[in-house]
Amino acid sequence: MKNLFKEFLKGIIRENPTFVLVLGLCPTLAVSTSVINGIGMGIAATFVLLGSNVIVALIKNIIPARIRIPCFIVVIATFVTITEMTMKAYSPALNRALGIYVPLIVVNCIVLGRAEAYAQKQTVLNSLFDGLGMGVGFTLALILISGIREALGSGKILGYTLVQKFEPAFVLGMPSGALLVIGLLLGFFNILKGRRE
Amino acid sequence: MNVAQFLTIFISAVFLYNVILSRFLGLCSFVAISKETKPAMAMSLAVMFVTTMSSIITWFIYRFLLIPFGLTYLRTISFILVIATFVQFVEMVIRKISPPLYRFFGIYLPLITVNCAVLGVAVLNVDMFFINGRAITGSFYYSVFQGICVGLGYALAMLLMSGIRERLDLCNVPKSVKEFPLAFIIASIMSLSFMGFNGFKF
Repeated sequence: MKNLFKEFLKGIIRENPTFVLVLGLCPTLAVSTSVINGIGMGIAATFVLLGSNVIVALIKNIIPARIRIPCFIVVIATFVTITEMTMKAYSPALNRALGIYVPLIVVNCIVLGRAEAYAQKQTVLNSLFDGLGMGVGFTLALILISGIREALGSGKILGYTLVQKFEPAFVLGMPSGALLVIGLLLGFFNILKGRRE
Repeated sequence: MNVAQFLTIFISAVFLYNVILSRFLGLCSFVAISKETKPAMAMSLAVMFVTTMSSIITWFIYRFLLIPFGLTYLRTISFILVIATFVQFVEMVIRKISPPLYRFFGIYLPLITVNCAVLGVAVLNVDMFFINGRAITGSFYYSVFQGICVGLGYALAMLLMSGIRERLDLCNVPKSVKEFPLAFIIASIMSLSFMGFNGFKF
């Protein structure tokens, strides 16, 4: 049990997919304009990660090593399609806001990376917790980035105004703001890592 | 089908909604390979070729397979599989026909399979040029042209970035922002300057 908890926790800090492994940045930057989009994307990606990790761990002995990547992609694409259809049915507004980035979870390096580097060598239960941890780590990173961008770019978080008479810096809501925030955050985490070592 | 439409596609794919700097597709390869100009060039050419070809292939699949049989929800799976197969195929052909070219593209071709830009173009084409499950007039030409333009936009951003990063080697930058963080901050400034194209009016 303790072991499983460790698998879960490592995705959140020590091997955070966004800030430590620097994987899957396309959706991170594109949808982080508001916290609600970030959470939606995070949940969708977590679901895909969970599903693909479990299935890959289940079928790892059946698929031949040479064609494993196409097999993984089919599994991942199936879960992405399920996510996309569910989102279209129950939350069309979120689906519109996330746009093409929902189908693009297929090519999110985190999902394929975990299948290749972890799930195909581990037990089902371990893979499940690994997927969950990575998904939560990804979601937290998205919340952090989108929180900064929304707070400074529009002066609000989740629709609540933070400070009165604050002149928002619109640039943070735009693509260049996303790149700036992620660049500075990565630098900041590098400093923290340097201190610890 | 008219010239103005093509011009709009060109301007918006290359400058306004640049695939890297505004849509953030293919960021991983952008940051990883833009350290020197030569590999950046090879990667851009490979991406341009694959986006164009995948636009053509996915258009045919969507128009003649998925729509008639009512399978449009299989779009993601079918597109990614076809793109992956196509890239593998191209790799094998190039290795057989032209070893120098294979050495030039080297490891970059297989990487393209998981490049978001390629699948992104395919999905964008379907979103933009098919309305209510029907192809708009000239949608095939628009799709192909958009594929080429997205590749061009990728190449433009890649070349600009690699030129800047080659010079950065000579600079004394703080240790904490070396490599990745600095690349993102530079990309941010580039993206800011690309926003200037927003003022274009037709």
